[in-house]
Amino acid sequence: MHIVICIKQVPDSAQIRVHPVTNTIMRQGVPTIINPYDLFALEEALRLRDAYGGEVTVLSMGPPMAENALRKALSYGADRAVLLTDRYFAGSDTLATSFALSQAIAKVGETFGTPDIVFTGKQTIDGDTAQVGPGIAKRLGLLQLTYVAKIASIDLAAREINVERRCEGGMQLLKSRLPCLVTMLEGTNEIRRGSLQEALCAARSQVVKWSAADAGIEDLTRCGLRGSPTVVKRVFAPTPRAEKAERIETAEKTPRDLADELVAALFTRQPELAHELAFNNDA
Amino acid sequence: MIEEEFDAIVIGAGMSGNAAAYTMASQGLKVLQLERGEYPGSKNVQGAIMYANMLEKIIPDFRDDAPLERHLVEQRLWVMDDTSHTGIHHRSDHFNEAKPNRYTIIRAQFDKWFSRKVREAGATVLCETTVTELVRDGRDRVIGVRTDRTGGIIGADVVVLAEGVCGLLGTRAGLRSMPKPETVALAVKEMHFLPEEVIEQRFGLNGDEGCVIEAVGTISRGMAGLGFLYTNKESISLGVGCLVSDFAAAMESPYALLDAFKNHPSIRPLIAGSEVKEYAAHLIPEGGYKAIPQLFGDGWVLVGDAAQLNNAVHREGSNLAMTSGRIAAEAIVQLKRRSHPMTKRNLSLYKIMLDNSFVVKDLRKYKDMPALLHTNSCNFFTTYPQLLSKAAQNFLRVDGTPKIDKEKATTAAFVKARSRWGLVSDAVRLACAWR
Amino acid sequence: MSTPNRETPRPAAGRAGIKKELPDRFKDYRHVWVFIELERGQVHPVSVELLGEGRKLADKLGVQLAGVVLGPPEEATRNAVAEAFAYGADMVYLVEAPLLADYRNEPFAKAMTDLVDTHKPEILLLGATTLGRDLAGSVATTLHTGLTADCTELDVDTDGSLAATRPTFGGSLLCTIYTLNCRPQMATVRPRVMPMPQRADRPVGRVIEHKLWLAEDEIVTKVLGFLPDSQSAKANLAYADVVVAGGLGLGGAENLQLVKNLARAIGAEHGCSRPLVQKGWMPADRQIGQTGKTIRPKLYIAAGISGAIQHRVGVEGADLIVAINTDPNAPIFDFAHLGIVTDAIRFLPALTEAFTRRLSPHSRDKLAS
Ligand SMILES: Cc1cc2nc3c(=O)[nH]c(=O)nc-3n(C[C@H](O)[C@H](O)[C@H](O)COP(=O)(O)OP(=O)(O)OC[C@H]3O[C@@H](n4cnc5c(N)ncnc54)[C@H](O)[C@@H]3O)c2cc1C
Ligand SMILES: Cc1cc2nc3c(=O)[nH]c(=O)nc-3n(C[C@H](O)[C@H](O)[C@H](O)COP(=O)(O)OP(=O)(O)OC[C@H]3O[C@@H](n4cnc5c(N)ncnc54)[C@H](O)[C@@H]3O)c2cc1C
Ligand SMILES: Nc1ncnc2c1ncn2[C@@H]1O[C@H](COP(=O)(O)O)[C@@H](O)[C@H]1O
Repeated sequence: MHIVICIKQVPDSAQIRVHPVTNTIMRQGVPTIINPYDLFALEEALRLRDAYGGEVTVLSMGPPMAENALRKALSYGADRAVLLTDRYFAGSDTLATSFALSQAIAKVGETFGTPDIVFTGKQTIDGDTAQVGPGIAKRLGLLQLTYVAKIASIDLAAREINVERRCEGGMQLLKSRLPCLVTMLEGTNEIRRGSLQEALCAARSQVVKWSAADAGIEDLTRCGLRGSPTVVKRVFAPTPRAEKAERIETAEKTPRDLADELVAALFTRQPELAHELAFNNDA
Repeated sequence: MIEEEFDAIVIGAGMSGNAAAYTMASQGLKVLQLERGEYPGSKNVQGAIMYANMLEKIIPDFRDDAPLERHLVEQRLWVMDDTSHTGIHHRSDHFNEAKPNRYTIIRAQFDKWFSRKVREAGATVLCETTVTELVRDGRDRVIGVRTDRTGGIIGADVVVLAEGVCGLLGTRAGLRSMPKPETVALAVKEMHFLPEEVIEQRFGLNGDEGCVIEAVGTISRGMAGLGFLYTNKESISLGVGCLVSDFAAAMESPYALLDAFKNHPSIRPLIAGSEVKEYAAHLIPEGGYKAIPQLFGDGWVLVGDAAQLNNAVHREGSNLAMTSGRIAAEAIVQLKRRSHPMTKRNLSLYKIMLDNSFVVKDLRKYKDMPALLHTNSCNFFTTYPQLLSKAAQNFLRVDGTPKIDKEKATTAAFVKARSRWGLVSDAVRLACAWR
Repeated sequence: MSTPNRETPRPAAGRAGIKKELPDRFKDYRHVWVFIELERGQVHPVSVELLGEGRKLADKLGVQLAGVVLGPPEEATRNAVAEAFAYGADMVYLVEAPLLADYRNEPFAKAMTDLVDTHKPEILLLGATTLGRDLAGSVATTLHTGLTADCTELDVDTDGSLAATRPTFGGSLLCTIYTLNCRPQMATVRPRVMPMPQRADRPVGRVIEHKLWLAEDEIVTKVLGFLPDSQSAKANLAYADVVVAGGLGLGGAENLQLVKNLARAIGAEHGCSRPLVQKGWMPADRQIGQTGKTIRPKLYIAAGISGAIQHRVGVEGADLIVAINTDPNAPIFDFAHLGIVTDAIRFLPALTEAFTRRLSPHSRDKLAS
């Protein structure tokens, strides 16, 4: 079985700061990580490989330094890494990203064997759109299984796949066919730690680097800024709330007094709340 | 079941480990470097001063692509009491040279760069891999390491321990003892982010110029310690450090000290409006010459902080680390070239070479300093700074008191605080230790 | 909107400054559409919220607001049509087919794409639910148009184009995104981000029916079953009127009981900040914030939560926010309405009691009088 998994290197958004004056992102010193959601997909891909045999190829589109993310994926035990990097890709939105990635996946298929499953994460933490996965599926004509919580079984001979898919209010049990695209839900597994051998292997293996031309992308108007129908017109910081919280003084009060004071303050501010809460309490 | 054999294994990807791995790999040795952090530098969040000369000896053209923040053109030494500072400044346009001598760096980025160089030189670098044990043969020679990853032992002719100040591995293997509380300082530090222009404006800097402030005095509350402020491109590194034993004895919290330092009227305006990010605490070896452990043995050498090679008086650490790493590597390369085994006897070459370098020479010069400052810390870090402040104010305030009376008052204050004999003895002891 | 390789975003520069020249083939795209999502026969509240927003956009543009209902030929589907009108739609596009009983990407994407190709809307809004995101992603790709996900604000620009504002970089910044040269302009909005509009009893207007040209055997994916969430996991956090949440400040998993006790006493839902989910102290569907649920309760009580931006964006819509935190400088006090600097572990039980006293039948009568 050949599995392709798309990962993205993202800035650790917990550590991003906004320039106090110019309101732009200060990226200096902000570490980059593998998009955390993609790790669930990667682990699932590795498990399937271990269970059914075959190979896992990790693919990323990004600047040259995204190689670090791919190297890390190799140290978890992926077999091969491909970095799609070219200045033509700069400024891609989800449509352009899914175009480039789908072309690259096709090329990966020609070069290393047609994939049976393409994995993506549920969403990224910087783009946060959850669109790239469905976009790739559509372009490659793959069946699309999003928000998969569990891959229940795969029958390679019959090319069948059974999954549990999260939907509003429950889990759908779906039967579909390979090849397909799966976006993995978070919290479904935990990324493994590669063995010494895998780590040594990863440290030495080369990340395959492809330009747009290498990936067989001819129509550059569909890449990067030019291939992106959406455009960011304005970036700004959220307006802070005018006044700070009204403080309830705590000095020398027992928790009981304080609590009474807070409850009173609540009902003064929002008298209708008294009925709301009282009513709820009956239920 | 040895997985693989290397010429050398380097434990740690800090300054000393990178210097050693780079030097050996670029001389053609098969080198494996193991780092427990997620990436090199991930555990070293502090911004710091980097001394160009020692790096040049390893990577001559490092300026082409190393992530350097600012080159230093100004140094301020401040003696502080609670409300004032009295200082010596030196600023010179000579420092704006083609190849500046000192730079501020941010370790997280710098170490990553250095590590890339190590890889490009041909070494294999594994991160997120902690060495858990030195493996020895029946004759007690170190022959490899075991890690926290599944999958066996890795063998090597020699293991370079560049694991930093705590050096758990070396300690556990009985190669050195745990550093004592009176020979290590605990430094706490914060990064304060400010727009580039604001930093340049506040410190009177142009372009990549940088400024350093080092401060002693009541900020360390009578303990032997130091406050520091380094300008980076878009941030200021700010911290204080004191001996661990002092912290324990005085029951002071490092954070309270840092807080007081930040709020000192001389420091506060310099960092006003900044956004604090990254709080870090780290140990610095300060035992000096007398604390240096045995540096080599059968199949192993110690370098950098792990070997306590740190010049507390001049606050130099990374350069000693880089140099000791390079020298150990050069010794190993020489032995390898001559096909000499990595025995204790042969590895003594490292010690001989190190003794001849500035590293040991400098540490020997100040061998009595740590003890002096430690036993006298209250006088040097509280009494004198306060006296100095008073003297300066007395001198500057124009209030009709005859100058001669002012001078007399100042002298009297010094004598009253320390007695004539005390003053002379402090001066003599300081001079001796400095010599 | 993903920004994989985009440099530090700068305000209106480069392509953003270009005059938008809409190709001729898109000139007759008109009207605002809202996809009406059916969840087990019920209209998903996010669709109603979107109708409210869509109404405003349509009025600004002087065009009509249409609901799009895709479902099986059943009462529930008809019902959804009526709901769409009740919440302000001028017309409804309806595709009724047995194939649309359970959500599957293939028939839904086909139905939606066909509808758009035939009737040409200029704006298409969907809820950012698992269904909406699955559908929107493939429809936008098929139509080669732009899609802005998880918007927090929608507006119409002076030249009539959709200005979709969404958080970026973990919520620390907002950005306004336009779809140039393509139609429809698509956007998704998360549940609870927009206020719920008023329901009005209005007559059913024009319903335009459309056929789905697809047979079951052309669809590969089959639905074998459905496992509804257990009662406990069904937490309707997003739509609760009162929410009590705990954060890392509670110190340990055992103290979460204090939050649950308070919630039970006042009939609230309980939730948490992200680290608690990561530590496995609470299930993921209890997480509030940017990567969890957006809530809009009348009262939100946050105990031991610092108020990081990613949490803040999920709770800002609450009418009244009460923060309990030991750190007087915690950022949560910047957006809470009432704050108490105290130890939540000691305070929560007292608060539970205080509410109970206050809400006991006896005192309730007093309050009511
Ligand atoms: C606040 C502060 C400010 C300083 N400022 C300066 C300055 O301005 N200028 C200066 O020259 N010096 C300065 N120093 C000192 C300088 O940082 C150190 O001397 C230098 O970093 C020592 O380098 P090293 O390689 O020996 O150790 P480290 O840099 O500590 O590196 C040790 C590495 O080994 C890794 N490691 C440890 N154990 C294991 C294991 N078992 N397995 C795998 N990996 C392991 C660690 O993760 C770490 O990356 C400062 C120190 C501090 C704390
Ligand atoms: C991509 C991304 C997405 C994220 N999405 C979300 C999200 O959806 N939701 C979310 O919540 N977070 C999210 N986060 C995480 C977010 O950045 C914060 O880390 C998180 O909200 C902090 O949780 P906390 O307030 O519980 O913990 P902390 O930040 O550790 O705060 C604990 C607080 O408790 C206080 N405290 C301590 N002891 C007590 C006591 N005894 N009594 C009262 N107060 C006490 C402390 O003063 C402190 O303010 C996200 C982060 C990233 C990077
Ligand atoms: N530049 C990229 N390179 C590789 N994979 C990507 C890239 N961008 C997005 N993805 C994949 O698409 C998923 C959804 O991304 P998004 O639509 O940005 O939320 C991610 O979890 C990744 O698996």
